[in-house]
Amino acid sequence: MNQENSLEAEEKVILDDIASRLKVFGRERGELIPILQMIQERHAYIVEDAIKMTAEHLGIAICETYGVATFYNQFRFHPPGKNQIKVCLGTACHVRGGDIILENFERKLEIRDGETTPDREFSIERVVCVGCCALAPVAIVNETVQGHMAPSKVEGLILGFKIEKEKAEREKQKSEPAQ
Amino acid sequence: MAKLLVDNKEIEAKEGISLLQACLDNGIYIPNLCHIHGTDNPSASCRLCFVEIEGEDKPIPSCTVKAKDGIIVKTDTPSVRRLQCTAFKLLMSVHRVDCGHCPANKKCELQRIAKFLKVGLKPKYLELHLKETEVDESNPFLDYYPNRCVLCGKCIAVCKDKHGRAFLTFAKRGLDAVVSSYGEKDVSNLPCGKCLACIGICPVGAITSKDSPHQTA
Ligand code: SF4
Ligand code: SF4
Ligand code: FES
Ligand code: FES
Repeated sequence: MNQENSLEAEEKVILDDIASRLKVFGRERGELIPILQMIQERHAYIVEDAIKMTAEHLGIAICETYGVATFYNQFRFHPPGKNQIKVCLGTACHVRGGDIILENFERKLEIRDGETTPDREFSIERVVCVGCCALAPVAIVNETVQGHMAPSKVEGLILGFKIEKEKAEREKQKSEPAQ
Repeated sequence: MAKLLVDNKEIEAKEGISLLQACLDNGIYIPNLCHIHGTDNPSASCRLCFVEIEGEDKPIPSCTVKAKDGIIVKTDTPSVRRLQCTAFKLLMSVHRVDCGHCPANKKCELQRIAKFLKVGLKPKYLELHLKETEVDESNPFLDYYPNRCVLCGKCIAVCKDKHGRAFLTFAKRGLDAVVSSYGEKDVSNLPCGKCLACIGICPVGAITSKDSPHQTA
């Protein structure tokens, strides 16, 4: 199965699940945010077609639903990547150049915060104070705190993941020789 | 009829209309972008229409108060001008000034305000924050230019007024905020092609018609 097909199949599973869950929600406007939260909680992001489904369920405009969903930072519109990068932009990190770190990740991976690379390897998110301001600027990479971030560290981290991936692929090839 | 004194000039206004509207009707210009004639709940979001009213300790957006009998109003005090200039500069710090290629050129409310306040269109000392998307072409009938939009919300209001529901909405927030017609692609029930009221009401050149891109108010 190529990447696009598997994505489609995955979305279909998600949408079927949402459709069955929607039945327990009322049809008042006030249900909009609870529904969006349910989708985000179960699937980690809001699939495009889910916005339309939600709008139809509540009988409100698609664009209005989109407007509400995009207003809150809480909601994501891209599936999380295999490696999740969270850059702290809390006060301490901001003062110490957290925004530059974010920009470095964005440039290196060619996506913006809230997005996922097309190969689903990486996603970037901005977060607020993660509680270790003394290490500012901080990034959390797959649950590991990376303190005193610097542009060279951004390069290093990403390179590390790429090397690891290549290694894993090579090993996979070795263990299942071409038939 | 209410009688009030604005900049030492006596004017008359229909009871119940906003102070801003009363001034505009009497040829007294006050900079404004988000004001909609006849509305009862002004969004007061552009922060340009400040005036001073005798007895009030701070300048007040004139679109948010009624033209009451006997009030004494000044539209051109130093504190009013300072507030207006600041609001205007902030607006222009997220604006792609390219009047030569803009359909609103010469009819644009921003050009009028700049001239009135005697400030340039490009603010000095403020970093320019432009959005990545220069034009959103997703609507089948309209093109939208985020870097021209002043987010006054008049297009959304007029759409809702005409059709009972808005086919446009605010999306995202902060520096990323835009007007969007996300998901409204079903041409069979989309009235935009015959309506274009949003283009007519937009104080700048942020929405254009795909059929006649040079048409504005
Ligand atoms: S919207 Fe007004 S100020 Fe902006 S480019 Fe167009 S004419 Fe110039
Ligand atoms: S498109 Fe025009 S009318 Fe609509 S919010 Fe932007 S500036 Fe205002
Ligand atoms: S502000 Fe980044 S850890 Fe506190
Ligand atoms: S016209 Fe009064 S705040 Fe915009």
